[in-house]
Amino acid sequence: MTYTKKDLINLSVCMVLSLIIIPTFIKTEYWYTSILIPWLCLALATIGQQIVMGYTGQLALGAAGFMAAGAFAMFNLILRVPDLGFVGSLIVSGLIAAAFGILFGLPSLKVRGIYLMVATLASQFFIIWMIDKFGWFKNYDSSGIITAQDIVILGKPFTTPLAMYLVCLAVTTVLTLLAMNMARGSTGRNWMAVRDMDIAAESMGVSLLRTKVQAFAISAFYCGVAGALFAFCYLKSLEPVAFDIKLSFKILFMCILGGLGTINGAFIGAAFILLFPVFLNAVGNNVFHGAIDATIISSIEQVIFGLLMIVFMIYEPLGMAKLWENLKQKLRSKFLSANIKNLKSLKKS
Amino acid sequence: MEYERKFKIGKPILEVNNISLSFGGVKAITDTSFNVLEHEVRAIIGPNGAGKSSMLNCINGIYKPQQGTVSFRGQQIDNITPNIMAQMGLSRTFQNLALFKRMSVLDNILVGRKLHTKTNFLEVALQLPKVKKEEKLNRERSEEIISFLEIEDIKDTPVGKLPYGLQKKVELGRALATDSTIILLDEPMAGMNVEEKRDMCRFILKVNDELGTTMVLIEHDMGVVMDISDRVVVLDYGKVIGDGTPDEIMANQKVIDAYLGVEH
Repeated sequence: MTYTKKDLINLSVCMVLSLIIIPTFIKTEYWYTSILIPWLCLALATIGQQIVMGYTGQLALGAAGFMAAGAFAMFNLILRVPDLGFVGSLIVSGLIAAAFGILFGLPSLKVRGIYLMVATLASQFFIIWMIDKFGWFKNYDSSGIITAQDIVILGKPFTTPLAMYLVCLAVTTVLTLLAMNMARGSTGRNWMAVRDMDIAAESMGVSLLRTKVQAFAISAFYCGVAGALFAFCYLKSLEPVAFDIKLSFKILFMCILGGLGTINGAFIGAAFILLFPVFLNAVGNNVFHGAIDATIISSIEQVIFGLLMIVFMIYEPLGMAKLWENLKQKLRSKFLSANIKNLKSLKKS
Repeated sequence: MEYERKFKIGKPILEVNNISLSFGGVKAITDTSFNVLEHEVRAIIGPNGAGKSSMLNCINGIYKPQQGTVSFRGQQIDNITPNIMAQMGLSRTFQNLALFKRMSVLDNILVGRKLHTKTNFLEVALQLPKVKKEEKLNRERSEEIISFLEIEDIKDTPVGKLPYGLQKKVELGRALATDSTIILLDEPMAGMNVEEKRDMCRFILKVNDELGTTMVLIEHDMGVVMDISDRVVVLDYGKVIGDGTPDEIMANQKVIDAYLGVEH
């Protein structure tokens, strides 16, 4: 696999946008703390979900559990092993989450489909229960909510919203590139082979055990790192309740709406699910001037998400990433045909 | 056959000894034995429900027979799984097509290169030079197979969108990509028209001739079977009722009875 010209253009556009345009034009803290940082964190977790569900075809529902494992591992590592440093702790927290991923991925060898989903729910409940049950994980803090430590990389504190955004951006960029390499390379082909026809994959020498467990481990690694960033950059506190089943579902929705089996879909899906409530609220406040109750707006949000899920599942299972792809193609062909018309008219005259 | 073969038919490469397989009370295969010689084209024929596909599934490790053994190159293999057989150099296609539907033709064939891919996921993620080198080699081999099968123009199409005949070709391509010494083909020509069948025969014979790959195929078209195979084994109700060259099989009274029925 090599990078095409298109990939390099896409990458540079994203980099210019996120490193130059956003930091120079967006000054309000709100955008960083409430939109961009959670977007990057959740997109990262969604990539994890994509790997196990979109690429390997294993219906798993426990992303938030792995995120909790990553977040609390991070807290304990910074607290107890300060020598590791921020980046080191982040990697080790991811690895700890990956270990949980392997453990809870094992049922995928025997059960599939909706039954696997129920089995993986165990990870969600077990990890949260474990953190709640044993005080050691929370450093025997009785209040229930622990403040996250400040982020310090190489002696420099990263505490302003912009600095935290840059930390999230750096981690997300690196991990996204790695995920893309895997997805397009032989690793990704093995995942998709297992997804599309496991018995044929096995006959080609793809080990089901290895491939599935590997996908679960990598997925949990991504979720773990995302969880650590989510707690340290967005919530700035640690509480098991933040990683409840609702968050798992949110990530699942991001994955499906964004488009199963696509990496860019993770970002599109995460942006949609995060921004849509903001948009609805804005409509409620500005168009209806607060005439609609906030609780009704949040209910409407749920209804629309549900409807969209059904519509996408029926009409475009590949999600918004596919819609975006189609739109680009249409624009391109329109542009081309317009050019051809121009040429023809030029020739006539 | 009159022409000089590059790869002379040799010793038995695959031996099936006294295999019995039943599903609950239904006996699919009863005490069946036959062998496959190196570099030959071996056909398995028989009426519907004779246990042909079950036989291939036993050889390949998808089914576990209650009795009997499978030997590869004279060595008995215990605990057969599809994975182990693939590693020993046995590849196969499936009766009802088992392609990776959402992947492109090229990607499907590249999966066949799995056993020639030694790099692990971390190396792939970091795109180390050796990953690039290996990927390039695998792609070259896959492109070779694609041009051999004359399917260059569809190599980027998702397999699920292709017509049946082409899908069968892709499946053969995937099996070829493994560079196996023996390939099991489960009805490679089912549902094809005459022209497609002729193409398929040409591919099978060409692979056998040029690479010396041993071919075991299940086929219903008697003309095809008698034309391309070196030896034929006939199954009926899970038992071997004939085994020999096409001419011997055509003269075998039991086989004629099984196909045409006998007066009682």
